[in-house]
Amino acid sequence: MDAVQHMDPAALFGFAIIMLFVLAALLAPLIEPRDPLAQDLASRLKPPGFTDPQSGTRLWLGTDGLGRDILSRLIEGARVSLLVGACGASLSAVLGTSIGLSAGYLGGWFDAAMMRIVDVWQAVPYTILAIAIAVILGPSLQNVILVLGISSWVNYARVVRSETLSQRHGEVVLAARVVGAGHLRIVLRHVLPQVAASIVVLSSLMVGSMILFEASLSFLGLGVQPPTPSWGNMVLDGVEPIRVAWWVSLFPGLAILLVVMAINILGDWLRDRLDPRHSML
Amino acid sequence: MVYILQRLLHGVFVLFGISVVVFGLTWLTGDPASVLLPLNTPPDQIAQFRHQLGLDQPVPIQYLDFLGRALHGDFGISFRQRTAALPLVAERLPVTLELMGAALLFALLVAVPLGILAAVFHRRTPDLLARFVALLGQSVAAPWLGVMLILLFAVTLRWLPSSGADKPQSIVLPAIVAGAYSAAGLTRLLRSSLLEVLANDYMRTARAKGLPGRLVVMRHGLKNAAIPVVTFLGLQITFLFGNAVIAEAMFAYPGMSRLAVEAISTRDMPVIQVFVLLAGVLVVLVNLFADLVYAWLDPRIRLA
Repeated sequence: MDAVQHMDPAALFGFAIIMLFVLAALLAPLIEPRDPLAQDLASRLKPPGFTDPQSGTRLWLGTDGLGRDILSRLIEGARVSLLVGACGASLSAVLGTSIGLSAGYLGGWFDAAMMRIVDVWQAVPYTILAIAIAVILGPSLQNVILVLGISSWVNYARVVRSETLSQRHGEVVLAARVVGAGHLRIVLRHVLPQVAASIVVLSSLMVGSMILFEASLSFLGLGVQPPTPSWGNMVLDGVEPIRVAWWVSLFPGLAILLVVMAINILGDWLRDRLDPRHSML
Repeated sequence: MVYILQRLLHGVFVLFGISVVVFGLTWLTGDPASVLLPLNTPPDQIAQFRHQLGLDQPVPIQYLDFLGRALHGDFGISFRQRTAALPLVAERLPVTLELMGAALLFALLVAVPLGILAAVFHRRTPDLLARFVALLGQSVAAPWLGVMLILLFAVTLRWLPSSGADKPQSIVLPAIVAGAYSAAGLTRLLRSSLLEVLANDYMRTARAKGLPGRLVVMRHGLKNAAIPVVTFLGLQITFLFGNAVIAEAMFAYPGMSRLAVEAISTRDMPVIQVFVLLAGVLVVLVNLFADLVYAWLDPRIRLA
């Protein structure tokens, strides 16, 4: 908790928001007022604050086109969206870090080949790449995570490679080689810890992009599939009735805005602390 | 010159790589025979069909065949529309280019004043405000921004149309959705780049020789701060394109991305292929252009 004490007010705010949503996601079944999947066609598109005549419960955020409670779906959606964000970022971190480490450490033709692949990958816009992959794989929760990971690993690969390059001839690696350490051991024990700070910073910002990315995929019908609620497909649910029921789209979008904003604030703060060269001045 | 040639060569290489990706797309989606032929087609007819399309050849031969036809502009027939895929997508390209141009314009209109204000009033109210706006822009989901804009400007105020492209003002909302993320990134970059430039010695000299503050920022500051911005724009094009896809789908804007999104549901692979390829070509061209402008702005690169 030492780090928390040194946070500036903005970072503390971001941290608190993230914790709040993580807690909601973890406790979802306990705190959801209603079953997030239960349809009630008698009370479709009811506005926020509506009182259900049968049970007498108040639905604070209203209901969607199938009469489902938006607050409960928002809490359930936090599980899905945060999971997709965290898993997508982890997958691309693992992919990109392994490729960046091996390219930077081995150098030579392997490095050249990998960096050309990175160039090509970067030339295809991310949504388009994701569309292509999602069409091939078909939409499902696992595939969404896979798509996000495959489309975003280049960010890690570039950063990790350039840092590995500067470590490769450094004293630490040299010393390890002198005492006879193998290449795999050198990379994992001596190079990886030195590039870890960049990976942490990049990951913190990446989780936010992944949540936004999932919303875009969902909008194109390629994201998390209904009836499982994600914030992305909840926004989509509200597109059709937007003229009569603004609340269906508004709340999940606000949730995305709040969480991604909190993540970005925290990520910027982390970067300034761990890597003063790239500070925002 | 060497620099320009190097960039050109690099561009050609990336295009070549994209052709492999595009070819891989069809190859991974499986057998077109299963999509195009009726379910009860006898096996010998399926074999004949596969032979006609060259699907019984080894993969490298299929790729060379694909590349040869692609160089002649032949990407096959759209499964759904039954016309050649390339002209079908290409004729929608100008609409998409126009939308991206408008999105870029929006991004610059927001980012340049905000970035300058933030740097000049460093750590004071305008700076905090600009940083907050940038943070919002980077954290908002593009589809949600679109829905909220429709709610505000089309449903409530009735100022702007919510779909189509038949009026000149139809482009406004899609351009904002496509450009918001880039506007935020540009603001942040311009701010930090300008702050760095303003701290330089030659800025102090310019001020010391009595130039008014505004002129110092405009003449000496902006040109030098523009260098990283140009490179950033080259990278930003992929985000701009990605969000243009969302904008076109949301506002029923008749560009090529909307065509591609429609092609997803019917698995119309030739159309998706041409779309991915054109998007790649566009990104490569924009980056090439950014490299050239970069060289023009920074004599150290031009003359090296």
